[in-house]
Amino acid sequence: MKFEEQPIIPTETPDLIPAVYALRKEGYRLAAISMTKLGEQFQVDYSFDRVFSFRTLRLIIPRGSVLPSISGMYWAAFPYENEMHDLFGISVAGIAVDYEGTFIRTAIRSPFSVDADKPEEDACLNK
Amino acid sequence: MSKQIIVPFGPQHPVLPEPIHLDLVLEDETVVEAIPSIGYIHRGLEKLVEKREFPEYVYVAERICGICSFIHGSTYVQAIENVMGIEVPERALYLRIIWSEYSRMHSHLLWMGLFADSLGFENLFMQSWRLREHILDDLEATTGGRVIQGACKVGGVRRDIESRKLDEMVTGLEDLEHEIREMNNVFFHDSSVLHRTKGVGIVPEKDAYEFGAVGPTGRGSGIAQDARMLGYAAYDRINFKPIVETGGDCYARCVVRGKELLTSIDIIKQAVDKIPDGPIEVKVTGSPDGECWARAEQPRGEVIHYVKGNGTRHLLRHRVRTPTFANLPFLVKALKGCELADVPVIVLSIDPCIGCMER
Repeated sequence: MKFEEQPIIPTETPDLIPAVYALRKEGYRLAAISMTKLGEQFQVDYSFDRVFSFRTLRLIIPRGSVLPSISGMYWAAFPYENEMHDLFGISVAGIAVDYEGTFIRTAIRSPFSVDADKPEEDACLNK
Repeated sequence: MSKQIIVPFGPQHPVLPEPIHLDLVLEDETVVEAIPSIGYIHRGLEKLVEKREFPEYVYVAERICGICSFIHGSTYVQAIENVMGIEVPERALYLRIIWSEYSRMHSHLLWMGLFADSLGFENLFMQSWRLREHILDDLEATTGGRVIQGACKVGGVRRDIESRKLDEMVTGLEDLEHEIREMNNVFFHDSSVLHRTKGVGIVPEKDAYEFGAVGPTGRGSGIAQDARMLGYAAYDRINFKPIVETGGDCYARCVVRGKELLTSIDIIKQAVDKIPDGPIEVKVTGSPDGECWARAEQPRGEVIHYVKGNGTRHLLRHRVRTPTFANLPFLVKALKGCELADVPVIVLSIDPCIGCMER
C-alpha cells in the first residue's frame, strides 16, 4: 500500500506565525489543526497540504499556554482554534470568529484535557 | 443601509437531518452574515480511544458517521497499518475500494434526494432514493450491513466477495448506470432545478482554496483535488480523473456529485476486473508505536485520521478532521449575500454531515 511522506517540523510558539506565513506564501492550504495531551503538556499540530505534499508544524506547549491565532492568515482556522479552546482548554488570542467557549457545547469544561485512566481527573467527576 | 435583523436557522429545520444552528444577519431578504453554532451532538468519540483497544476501536470509528461509516473505518485502519508497517493483502485492498465506492454512491444518491427535496422536487427525491436502494442491497448482501458495514479490520477485511457475486454486482451497476444517467439528466437540465441552483451560493476557486474546501464542494469551485489520487488502498492502480466544475455555485456542486456516481461505477468495474485471488487478511501482532495522518476521499471530501500510539493496546490520540468541519468556513462564505429563501439550498449543497463534524 502506498503511503505519503509526512514531514514534521518542530516549532516554538514565537516562530509559529512566521512559519505559517511562509507556508501560506508557498500556496499551502490549511488541512487540519490537531491537539494531543502528553501528560502535563500538549502537542499542537498545524498540518498543511499543497498538491498532496503534506507537512506539519509541531508545537509542544505546557498547560495554560496562550497561542497566537493563525486565522489572520488562514481565516478557515477559526473552527479549529475554537475547538482547541473548548476541548483542551488552550487559549488562542485573536481568533477571527471567537465563540468564547460556546462553539462546542460540552457538559464539562475542556473534556479532552483530563486523563481517562486517572479517576481523580475523570471527566464525569470534573463537573 | 436597511435595518438589520437576525433570523435563527436550525438547529431543527426541515432540510436538516442533523442539528446545526445558524444566526442569519439579514438586511431585507439578503443575508449579510451567517454565524454557525455546533455542539448539539458532540459525543466525544475521539476520547473513547483511551478506553478501547486499538483493534476494537474500528467499531467506534465506523460509528462516527452513518453515511460514510465504511470509509471512516478503512481510513482508521489505514493509519494503524501505516504505523505498524502492516502489508495488507492485495485482495483486501481491492475489496476496500469496492465498498468505498459503493459507500460514495449511496451517500451521493442520498444527498441528491435530499437536495431535490430542498428544492421542493419530491418526485426527484423519491427517484434518487429508489436508486439508492440497489446500492444498499448490494452492501447488505456483501457485508451484512446496510449502514454500518463492519467489514474492515486492522490487517485486512472481515469478509470476501465470491467471483460470481462480483460479476452480478457489475451487471447490476450497468443497469443502474442507465437510470442514473436519466436522473442526472433531470438534475442537470430541468428548468426548476436550474432556477433554484444556477448562480446561487457562488464561491470562486481562489476563495474555496483559501477556505480549505474539500471534496465535491471544492471541486464544484474548480479545485482539482481528490484524495484518491494519493493512491491509498489500490487506487494507484485504478484509472480515473477527479470530476471538476468551475461554476462554484449550487448547480456545479450538484453536477460534480451526479458525475461522480458514474465515476464510482467505472472504478468498481476496474476493481472487479483487477482483483487478485488470495487471502483477505494478515495476522496482526504487537501494538502501534508511532504516529500517522491517514487521508482518504469520503463522499463529502478529504477525511484525515490522525493516530498516535505508544506501543500499548490503547492509542494516545485519535483525531478525525472530517470534510464537513473543513467545509464550514466555505459555507459561511457561500451564504454571504444570498437571499433568505436560498439558504436551505446552499446549506444542503455542501452536503453537511453534522454527526461526522462533531464526532
